[in-house]
Amino acid sequence: MSPSETRNAAKEATHLETDVLIIGAGGAGMYAALEAARGGASVLLADRSLIGRGGATVMAQMTVAAALGEQTPDHWEHHLADTLAAGRGLCNQNLAAMLCEDGPRRIREMDSWKVGWAREDGHIKQAQAPGHDRPRCAYVDFLATGPAVSRTLRTQLNLASGIRRVGDLAIIDIVVRDGEACGATALHLTSGEIVTLAAKAVVIATGGLTRLYQRNSGSANMGGDGYALALRAGAELIDMEFVQFFPIGHLSPRLVGMDPIMWDPFRYKLGGKLLNAEMREFEEDYATHDKRSDGRYVLTRDLATYAITKEVEAGRGSPAGGAYLSFQHVPEADIRRAFGPVVDRLAANGIDLTHRPVEVSPIAHYHMGGVRVNAELETGVSGLYACGEAVGGANGANRLSGNAITEAFVFGARAGRNAARRASQRASSWPSDTARSVIDLLRSAKRRDGRNPAVIIARLQTLMADTVGPFRTEEKLHSAIKGLVELQKEIGDIPWSSAEEFDAVLVDWLDLRNMLLVARSIALPALARTESRGAHQREDYPGLDDDWGVNQVVTLSDGELNLAHTAPPTARAAK
Amino acid sequence: MKATLNIQRGRPGGAPHVETFEVAFEPGQSVLDGLRALRRDADPSLAFRFSCINANACKECMMLIDGKVDYACTVRLKEGVMVLAPLPKKPLIRDLVTEIAPPEERLHPPP
Repeated sequence: MSPSETRNAAKEATHLETDVLIIGAGGAGMYAALEAARGGASVLLADRSLIGRGGATVMAQMTVAAALGEQTPDHWEHHLADTLAAGRGLCNQNLAAMLCEDGPRRIREMDSWKVGWAREDGHIKQAQAPGHDRPRCAYVDFLATGPAVSRTLRTQLNLASGIRRVGDLAIIDIVVRDGEACGATALHLTSGEIVTLAAKAVVIATGGLTRLYQRNSGSANMGGDGYALALRAGAELIDMEFVQFFPIGHLSPRLVGMDPIMWDPFRYKLGGKLLNAEMREFEEDYATHDKRSDGRYVLTRDLATYAITKEVEAGRGSPAGGAYLSFQHVPEADIRRAFGPVVDRLAANGIDLTHRPVEVSPIAHYHMGGVRVNAELETGVSGLYACGEAVGGANGANRLSGNAITEAFVFGARAGRNAARRASQRASSWPSDTARSVIDLLRSAKRRDGRNPAVIIARLQTLMADTVGPFRTEEKLHSAIKGLVELQKEIGDIPWSSAEEFDAVLVDWLDLRNMLLVARSIALPALARTESRGAHQREDYPGLDDDWGVNQVVTLSDGELNLAHTAPPTARAAK
Repeated sequence: MKATLNIQRGRPGGAPHVETFEVAFEPGQSVLDGLRALRRDADPSLAFRFSCINANACKECMMLIDGKVDYACTVRLKEGVMVLAPLPKKPLIRDLVTEIAPPEERLHPPP
């Protein structure tokens, strides 16, 4: 019997009960699980990939920002000042302060769990990163921060009791009754079974939306699932127009076994040069527009993205459509000293920095926007929480480097603890009728020969890169919205299926259902914001407009997205 | 350049069969790049696991490549025939997907 028959034959779906359901097992989800279990709750940690393998954390090769004061005296308020400056006036100060104040506690907890932060003279080594006023960023050598963090949290999950982990489980929708989250419906990928999950609190920890863009630095499962789940559950999204592009993501030659954003520390430590097709340095051509130079980076991230994009548009791009990054002026011994074994991994990819430049281009890297939460990390839907990159607001219009893993730890821990507290005060209620619509949706899946959702995903990624990329215009954004409507018509309302185990066609269709909704939730506020601020750059509205010092909030009702404005909260949360 | 991928397909219990696909590639592209292109250009139902695409961080894309257990994201495509099969010692799910989750992290943990 095929899974579609299994789905149809099963009168009752597989049903699991838990106190706290956590969706997504990256850094934020794993931390939330640990803290919820510490709070006495039973926990179900679900991920569409394997536990602790998917998401962004495991790929992060870079640094973690926290005011530890190990390298040099520091205070979390200095970290907060830098975070708010980077956010260009739009940060939710309550969330930003939480990130900065709790950060050191989490970094030290990870240290006690033997994550292996790089050390120097007996203290945790902290590097200086762009946008920080002092050395503040801890890391694990060499470019191993993310894998070390994931491994450490997986070990803690193994040691904890009360945490049930289930991989290969894709959450389709959150179940809400009378305004309260009470569980979710899911598709078990390997068997094709429909699974219902009753929970007294639900935590979204699904990360960002880099997969919406053709060139990106994220895992395949970073398609913005959590934003779509939140919208359909009745929660709000905030700051969705602010997608962070990393200016010098790796483009060519094909590089495997490495994070595509790995060139930043190389460039920072060794002074890599950006060259156009004429092998001419072009950064200075754009530097006069802005004085924010720290001496090593001629251009800030947003201006570097602008410069590369403009060189490509002017026909001076590298063969693969980006810019050259060259280290040919750096002595081989210096490269070896700075990057040790990473040099050998590059050699395995046929890359010898002393002889040949690589090609780089802006790639989608992180999402500042996300699910709107209060100081308890709870959404407008009672019992529904969010944490990590899935949360919007802490980073405003632009994220400071090093804040992503910190927010995963801090918001994860807080959301897990708060969800456990709520669960301890609630009785379980599972309205089986409420899950009916999703069960019907999955059971309606049909084999459609000749329809290929993988092609439509590729078209969506191209559309988003071309029209809702780092540099936007009214014309481009209108064509984006039109294109998204057309793609939505193509996929229709009835899921496509290949009617077999590990149904890649059905998963792609379900992903498109989410990705198209989330893509609209970016394009809409991007069109409305007629100014340029942080990661949102409008070529037709250059420059910051003080009247736009407000956040945009997106909601969904009857299939339509609605937009509202709100002033960013400035008062600090009472401790 | 072109690689010929002989891919073992099928479900547990059924007799596995080999399907042959041609895939064009640039030097340096991985077997996983080739499989993703095949889903887009030839057969979207082709099943294989992957998450991080190219960082070799998630370790989900393990399979048998020319008789050797390896990661599809780190083995490069080459001209000529390459043979892909699911991991031989893990329970088959479908095509190149096997049950590789630790037993306690499955929906139905084995007794």
